[in-house]
Amino acid sequence: MSSDGVDNNRRHFLTAATVVVGAVGVGTVAVPFLKSWSPSARAKSAGAPVEFDISKMEPGQQVVVKWRGKPVWIVRRDTNILATLSKVDGNLSDPTSDQSIQPEYAKNEARSIKPEFLVVEGVCTHLGCSPTYQPEVVAGFQGFFCPCHGSKFDFAGRVYSGVPAPTNLPVPPHFYVSNDVIRIGEDGTV
Amino acid sequence: MKKTLILIAGLLLPVIGFAAGGGASFPNDDITIDWDDKASMQRGVRTYVNYCMGCHEVSYSRYNRVGADLEIDDDQLMQNLIFTTDKYGEKTKVGALMTNTMNADYAAEAFGIVPPDLSLIARSRGVDWLYNYLRGFYVDESRPYGMNNGVFEKVGMPHVLAELQGYQVPKMGTRLNSDGEKYEVIVGFDIVKPGSLSPSEYDQTIHDLVGFLDYVSEPYRQTRQNVGTGVLIFLFLFLILAYFLKKEFWKDIH
Amino acid sequence: MNTDNKNNGLAGWIDQRFPMTKMWEEHISKYYAPKNFNFWYFFGSLALLVLVLQIVTGIFLTMHYKPDGAEAFISVEHIMRDVDWGWLIRYLHSTGASAFFVIIYLHMFRGLMYGSYQKPRELIWIFGMCIFLALMAEAFMGYLLPWGQMSFWGAQVIISLFGAIPIVGDDLTLWIRGDFVISDATLNRFFALHVIAVPLVLVMLVVMHVIALHEVGSNNPEGVEIKKHKDENGIPLDGIPFHPYYSVKDIVGVVVFLILFSSVVFFMPEMGGYFLEHANFIPANPFKTPEHIAPVWYFTPFYAILRAVPHKLSGVLAMFAAIAILFLLPWIDRGKVHSIRYRANSFRWLLTMLVISFIGLGYLGALPPTELKTFFAQVFSVGYFGFFLGIWWISKNEKTKPVPERIL
Repeated sequence: MSSDGVDNNRRHFLTAATVVVGAVGVGTVAVPFLKSWSPSARAKSAGAPVEFDISKMEPGQQVVVKWRGKPVWIVRRDTNILATLSKVDGNLSDPTSDQSIQPEYAKNEARSIKPEFLVVEGVCTHLGCSPTYQPEVVAGFQGFFCPCHGSKFDFAGRVYSGVPAPTNLPVPPHFYVSNDVIRIGEDGTV
Repeated sequence: MKKTLILIAGLLLPVIGFAAGGGASFPNDDITIDWDDKASMQRGVRTYVNYCMGCHEVSYSRYNRVGADLEIDDDQLMQNLIFTTDKYGEKTKVGALMTNTMNADYAAEAFGIVPPDLSLIARSRGVDWLYNYLRGFYVDESRPYGMNNGVFEKVGMPHVLAELQGYQVPKMGTRLNSDGEKYEVIVGFDIVKPGSLSPSEYDQTIHDLVGFLDYVSEPYRQTRQNVGTGVLIFLFLFLILAYFLKKEFWKDIH
Repeated sequence: MNTDNKNNGLAGWIDQRFPMTKMWEEHISKYYAPKNFNFWYFFGSLALLVLVLQIVTGIFLTMHYKPDGAEAFISVEHIMRDVDWGWLIRYLHSTGASAFFVIIYLHMFRGLMYGSYQKPRELIWIFGMCIFLALMAEAFMGYLLPWGQMSFWGAQVIISLFGAIPIVGDDLTLWIRGDFVISDATLNRFFALHVIAVPLVLVMLVVMHVIALHEVGSNNPEGVEIKKHKDENGIPLDGIPFHPYYSVKDIVGVVVFLILFSSVVFFMPEMGGYFLEHANFIPANPFKTPEHIAPVWYFTPFYAILRAVPHKLSGVLAMFAAIAILFLLPWIDRGKVHSIRYRANSFRWLLTMLVISFIGLGYLGALPPTELKTFFAQVFSVGYFGFFLGIWWISKNEKTKPVPERIL
C-alpha cells in the first residue's frame, strides 16, 4: 500500500464534493416521505368548505354543521340576544378578541360579518368538549355553557373570566355566497 | 466463466417471448395512447360519464384530479361530468370520488354480476384488449341481450354503445387446429344496421375512451416519468463523481 | 474502565461508556478485507441497502394502509392516488422486493463460486440461509397485503400445501388461516408478522451474519486466507481497511444499482407483469379463480419443483428439500479448495448445470403446466439436486490446481 505522491487536496475535494452531492441526494429523497404526511386528497375532500342555507332559520335558533370533523355553530341571534353582548363585557377575559382566533372580518363585538348570524366553532377552548346552547337564563347565566368543567361563553362565543377555558371560541373562515347561503371554510371576496 | 454467462443469457431470451396468445379473438389490433393528447382524453371521459358510469364506477378517481390533469375546470366538471348527489342530497362536490348510485344487490340480480369498477381495468386487461373488446360486440340471438363479443365470449354486458357503432354480424373463416381438425373463427364484421357514427369515427371514440381509461388507471404516470428523468440525470452525475473518488483512493492499492 | 482513550471531547466521553470508537475500528476502519474483491462482492452491501429501503418505505406505507379485507385494496389505491408521493413509496417497496431477491440470488451465487460457505465460514452460510428463509416468508406475507386476485389465490394455493402433511395437515391449514378460507383473519395476522415480527428477525439475523463474517474475515475470489500472512503489526499483507477503500468502492456500486433500480421504479414498475402482476389490479374475489395462478417470479424455481413431482405430499417435500439442502452445503462439499478458479473442471460443469436448472425451473414455474413443460421441470429438478449429489461425489478426490499463498 503506497501513500507516496498522495494528492491530499484532490482527495479532500473529491470527498467533500461527494459528501455534499450525496447529502443533497439524501435530502431530496427525504422530501417525498415527509410530504406524504400532508393532508391527502381524501382529507382535503372531506375538509372542503361546507355550505348552509340560513333562510329557513328561526330567530334564536342554533344549527350545528360539520366542517373538518368539527362542529360549527350557526346561531341566528335575535335583538334580545344581540343586546346582551355589550352588557357582559366586564365579565369577559378577552372582550375585544385580541387573544383568540378569528378572521379579520370577525374581529368585532358581534364576532361576525352580519350581526344577525354567529358562525363559530363549537369546541371549548379548555379541553375540547362541545358546550351547550343556553338561550334562556338559567341560574343567572345565558350563552354557551360547557358541561365538562363549567366554562362559559357569551352569545358571541367570548369566554367569561374565572373559568377554565383560556380563550374565546374560534371563528372559522366563512362568507356569504348569497343572502341565503353561508360557505364555511373559505374566505370570500367580501 | 464467460461461457457460463453467455449460456445463461441465451437461455433467458425465450422468457421475453411470452406471447399473450390472441389467436381466436377478434378484433386483434394494437393501439398507442398519447398522454399529451388531452383533448382525446376529455372526449373519453365525456363518453365514459355518459355511457358507462351508470353501471361502472371509477371509484378510486376524484373529479377534481381528472379536471386538473385533463385541463377541465371546476365549472365544466360540475356541468358536464357530475350528475350525482351526495348523502346529504347536495350535488356531489368536485373533490369527491367518481362513484355511481347503482345498488350492488340490484346489479347482481339484473346482470348476474356486479359491473366491475373500471379504475384499474387498463392495468389488468391492457389498452389493446379494451380497444378490441369495445369494438367486438356482434349480433347473437342466442344471448340474453342479443349480443355476443369477439374478444370476451358470452359476456354479460349489453352493447351500451350500439347507438354509436350500430349493429354488426361476424364473418367466419376456417382454421386448422393442432390435430388437423377444422374450426371456425371470426375474421371480420359487417355492419347490418349503422349507428350514428361511421366505423372510423367509432374507432376514434373508442380510442379516446380507452385513452381515458388508461389515464385513470395511473393518473400520476407522467409525473412518475418526469421525476424519473430528473433522478437518473442526478444519479449519472453522481456516478461520475463517485467513480473519480474511488479511483483516487484506490491509487493507494494499485 | 478504559482511560487511555485517544479521543477527547464528546467522542471520548462516549467511548468511556460505550465502545463507539472500538466498534468503528474493529468493523470498519481497521477491518481488513482482501484487496481483490470484484463485481460479485457488491451484493452484500446492496442487500443491506435494500433492507433499509424496504423498512423505511414499509413504515411509510403502514401509515396509510388498512389491513382489513374490505379496505385493503382501496387503501393501496388511496396511497397511489390521494397520498402525496404515495405512488413513489409504493413503487419503491414493490420494486425493492424484487430487487432484494435479484441481489440475494447473486450474493448466494458468489458464495457458491468462491466457496465462501466452506470452513471456517459455515455459520455465516447458515445465518445467510436463515435470512433467505425469513425473506421468503416476509415476501410471501407481504404479497397478501394488497388483497388482489393474485394475492388471495396465491396464498390460497401455498397455504393449502400444508394440507398435504398427513394427520395434522387440515388442522394446520385451519390454524394458519384462522378461518375456513383465506380471510380477514389471515390478512391481519400476516400484516402483523410482515410489519413487525419478521423484520425484527431479519435485522437480528443480518447482524449475526455480519458479526460471524467479521469474526473469521472475508473470503475472496482467489479463495486465499489473507490472515495466513501478516506484517509485524498483525495486519494481513493482502488486506486493506474496509474504510476508506471499500466504503468508497461500495458507493459506486450503490449508485450503479440505484440507476438500474430507478429505471425500473420510474419507467417500468410493473416489469411486464412480473413485479406487479396484472391480475393483482383486480380486488380479491373468493368466488372467481383467475385463469392462471403463479407465484411471484422469485418463487417460481421452487414452485416448479413442487409441480414437477406428481404426488402432492412428495412435491411439497421436494420443494422444502430444495431449500433445506442448501443449508447442508458446507458439509456436502468435502473439498478443501475454496474458489472455482482453482477447482476441477467438474465443479465448473456442476455449477453451470445448477444455474441452467435453476433458471429453467424459474421460467417453467411461471407458466401453466403442460405435459412437455412438466417433463422439462423434472429434468431441471434432477439437474438442481444433481448439483449437490455431484459436489459430494467429486469433492472427495478433486483434481484441484495449486492455490497461491498470496493475492497477486
